[in-house]
Amino acid sequence: MAAEQLAQYLASGVVVGGIYALIGLGFVIVFGVTRIVNFAQGEFVMLGALGMAALGSQGMMPLAAFAVSVLGVAAVGALLYRLAVHPLRHAPALAVLILTIGASIAIRGAALIAWGTDPLAVPAFSAGPPIVVAGAVVVRQGIWVLAVAAAAFVALWWFFTRTYAGAAVQACALNPRAARLMGIRVERVALLAWALAGALGATAGAVIAPITYATYDMGLILGLKGFVAAVLGGLVSPPAAIAGGFLLGVVESLAAGLVSSAYKDAVAFVVLVVVCLAQVLGALPWRVVAEET
Amino acid sequence: MTARARGGALAVAAAVVAALPWAVESRYVLGMLVFIALNGLAAVGLSLVMGFAGQVSLGQAAFFAVGAYVSGVLTASRGWNGWAAMVVAVAAGALVAFVVGLPIFRLSGLLLAMATLAFGIIVYYVLVNWAPVTGGPSGLAGIPPLALGGFRFDTDARMLALAWGALLVVIALAGNVVDSRIGRALRAIHGSEAAAAAVGIDTARLKVGVFALAGAITALGGALYAHYVTFINPSPFGFAYSVELLVMVVLGGVASIWGAVLGAAAVVLLVEGLRAALPLLTAAHGAAEYEIAVFGVLLMAFMIFLPSGLAGLARRAA
Amino acid sequence: MHVVLATVLAALVLLGGASGTAGAQEPYRLGAIFSITGPGSSLGIPERDTALMIEAEVNARGGIKGADGRMHPLKLVIYDDASDETKAVLAAKKLIDEDRVTAIVGTTLSGTSLAILDTVQKAEVPLISCAAASRIVEPAAERRWVFKTPQSDQLIVGVLVDHLKAKGLKKVGWLNVDYAFGQLGWIEFEKAAAAAGLAVVANEKFGQKDVDMTAQLTRVKAAGPEAVVVWSIPPSASIVTRNYADLGLRMPLFQSHGVGNKKYIELAAGAANGVVFPAGKLLVAEQLADDDPQKAVLLAYAREFEAKYGPRNTFGGHAWDAVQLAVRALGKAGGDRAGVRAAIESTRNFVGISGVFDFSPTDHNGLDRRAVTMIQIVDGRWKIAK
Repeated sequence: MAAEQLAQYLASGVVVGGIYALIGLGFVIVFGVTRIVNFAQGEFVMLGALGMAALGSQGMMPLAAFAVSVLGVAAVGALLYRLAVHPLRHAPALAVLILTIGASIAIRGAALIAWGTDPLAVPAFSAGPPIVVAGAVVVRQGIWVLAVAAAAFVALWWFFTRTYAGAAVQACALNPRAARLMGIRVERVALLAWALAGALGATAGAVIAPITYATYDMGLILGLKGFVAAVLGGLVSPPAAIAGGFLLGVVESLAAGLVSSAYKDAVAFVVLVVVCLAQVLGALPWRVVAEET
Repeated sequence: MTARARGGALAVAAAVVAALPWAVESRYVLGMLVFIALNGLAAVGLSLVMGFAGQVSLGQAAFFAVGAYVSGVLTASRGWNGWAAMVVAVAAGALVAFVVGLPIFRLSGLLLAMATLAFGIIVYYVLVNWAPVTGGPSGLAGIPPLALGGFRFDTDARMLALAWGALLVVIALAGNVVDSRIGRALRAIHGSEAAAAAVGIDTARLKVGVFALAGAITALGGALYAHYVTFINPSPFGFAYSVELLVMVVLGGVASIWGAVLGAAAVVLLVEGLRAALPLLTAAHGAAEYEIAVFGVLLMAFMIFLPSGLAGLARRAA
Repeated sequence: MHVVLATVLAALVLLGGASGTAGAQEPYRLGAIFSITGPGSSLGIPERDTALMIEAEVNARGGIKGADGRMHPLKLVIYDDASDETKAVLAAKKLIDEDRVTAIVGTTLSGTSLAILDTVQKAEVPLISCAAASRIVEPAAERRWVFKTPQSDQLIVGVLVDHLKAKGLKKVGWLNVDYAFGQLGWIEFEKAAAAAGLAVVANEKFGQKDVDMTAQLTRVKAAGPEAVVVWSIPPSASIVTRNYADLGLRMPLFQSHGVGNKKYIELAAGAANGVVFPAGKLLVAEQLADDDPQKAVLLAYAREFEAKYGPRNTFGGHAWDAVQLAVRALGKAGGDRAGVRAAIESTRNFVGISGVFDFSPTDHNGLDRRAVTMIQIVDGRWKIAK
């Protein structure tokens, strides 16, 4: 096989991996602080993409449409926490999981009513032919995805290590009770985490929409892949989630290119199981979280 | 629920099921009740895994698929007798669960949920891509109905008796398991794994055993589905169905066998009820678009106001 | 345990209450099941819209003239199956026993149609499917009550393979979506290509929700085909088309009749230009010769649909054929299900959107190759391909 082909598989995998990584970050923020797997995270991505498409088609400037989508979905995340998740804070984890499933169905249904079922196109952030790297073709929007993933990562790092609110979020993630004793208002931090997850999801949706288009039912599969990425990375660590996203994207692409495109998703999930088992057997250099749910 | 109360409940349910075909003619109502029983079997299986082994399975639909496809392929493509095929299908459900369970029950919590999710998705892709056997995405048609001598279970009323009969037998058996020494051990696992291990319970073996039992029960539901609809394709057995089963079990109330059946009934009736009710409330023809959102909101409201599920409500009412 | 009983009883009351509204003049009742939501919705929604359009039109002219000489209003009951087999089965049972319809049109997708076959056959209710798979109506002897309006895969693929052969394109790369639609296309293509002496040098799959197909296309490219055929529907069909252009692949790209809507072109942006696909004639109605038997019907439908709902597409056309066939049969046989079935089966020379239908006891699709034409996308518009 030509080196060029392999380069293309890797390049395609890295771009798709960037998409998964961005989506995975949202899971990490919410799980880290509230120990909740937010099934509706994929719907935040969908809302960001559809928001971008709808506002753009109204003639809004791309940057403004981006900002409005991200802030709007952050508000959706915060509302979801305040109105639905917060009242269930003493309920069993499973009840909360089903609640977020309900939320994801409700958000999907609302998007269907608002925007219909047709996929909407979103123009690429910068026009122009694809860029060729080492014989591999990378579309310009793919570069944007990677850039935004990097920017989101840096912003999160700055937030967590350089701001008080970020330190509070991390304190809650590490030990909620201790955080409460230190005078941190855990509920407010959780609200912040959900808003942040909404903003991150919407950011992912807005930047991937020119590649994937925007439809009301895109959230489930993208959310699933993002979740896998986050779990591969341990579900509590942003950098590990990003690594998990790239791992998943590259494995999928290599599976499609080298093994069989029919079984590429199956191969990706086999890798997932192997990684899970390897951690239990102590064969992994990093830790995948093994929280009791 | 005491053993006597459960016996009474089973008897009442059996009487209702036996009487229904005389009281109800509509194939629609009967069909709904059949699907409630089929989903109920899958949900009872999942509730054993969740309630009595304390483990979330996000791939339970795969066992339903194994049951449906083993029975469907053996009868439609290989000309087997339906009952023999169904026995093999149920055994296959148990075997697959056992083989998969051995490695993945070394995991716990989220990792285990993840592994079951992955298993479900892998099975789905096998169904889609192993076309020479499974028929691929376009499915497998011409599955014969089950028959006893000349008596064919090919109407909704007859299928209702068969599916509910199977469900009630399973409930009775599961009830015995729950009350047995093993059942108490299982609940101990749910309570505290370390404590259970400390008093000498082999938790890993028990968990795999429950998983295999659940696989068999769920596969039974799948096999009956195949002989009822007479056509199977992969799309009803995907991740979305695993999630739906999870919703049924939690709606009903985890750790309650009857709760799982109630949850299955609630989901089927809610979806069909919305179909009937929404056109009356909204502009006649745009209603389909509203079903999803209303279902989601109702599900959320349910969890907020009744986090312990329908079984909890029933306990309070009783 | 009264909760179980109460739930069941509540359901019965709910369902009983929802059924049956008797009109002044006895209406003819027609059921419809479309995938208004779920993966099939881009097909199901124009089908639903078209069905509603015909219902309004028929009732505006006073209804259907029955064999009794009286005018009967048309009552259309539409359900969404959410592209789900179980929901489709229940919807069919509900239409048959609760809404007491005489015939059913739909479903949208092959899987849901195959799932409800057993129900309609046993209940002896005529079904006119809007789904593609030829298995839905074959063998016709065993599918007494089932008809369908879209051109079968075999017809469509046959026209495409002839076109490839005529253009001298002998080495072909193939990709399909891993849905029923894609698989059935592949089964027919594999057969037809072998018969025509074409070599299939690559065979790749992708998912309808995949975000990138460059890996598959890279494999296809490496096999060195002279032409590439993709069998899918938007949005994945559009993503493949864009990836194809991004990778700089230059050989001719062929798609299926699944891209027969404006959405495909819009989503693929400029990359759709030059793409050729086999489809019914609706998309190029204006360019047909004036003596084409379908031209007037196609133009009338296109004009009316576009005035109400937006750009025309072939899927709405499948529903137009199905509903119009049912309306004609209801006019002949009224509320008699067996009579309606016989009326559909004896329909000859019915000029529809998907073609000119000639049904018979051995052919429940009733179309031949004249129903299919090759179309090329030029500057974002459909042109008859030479």
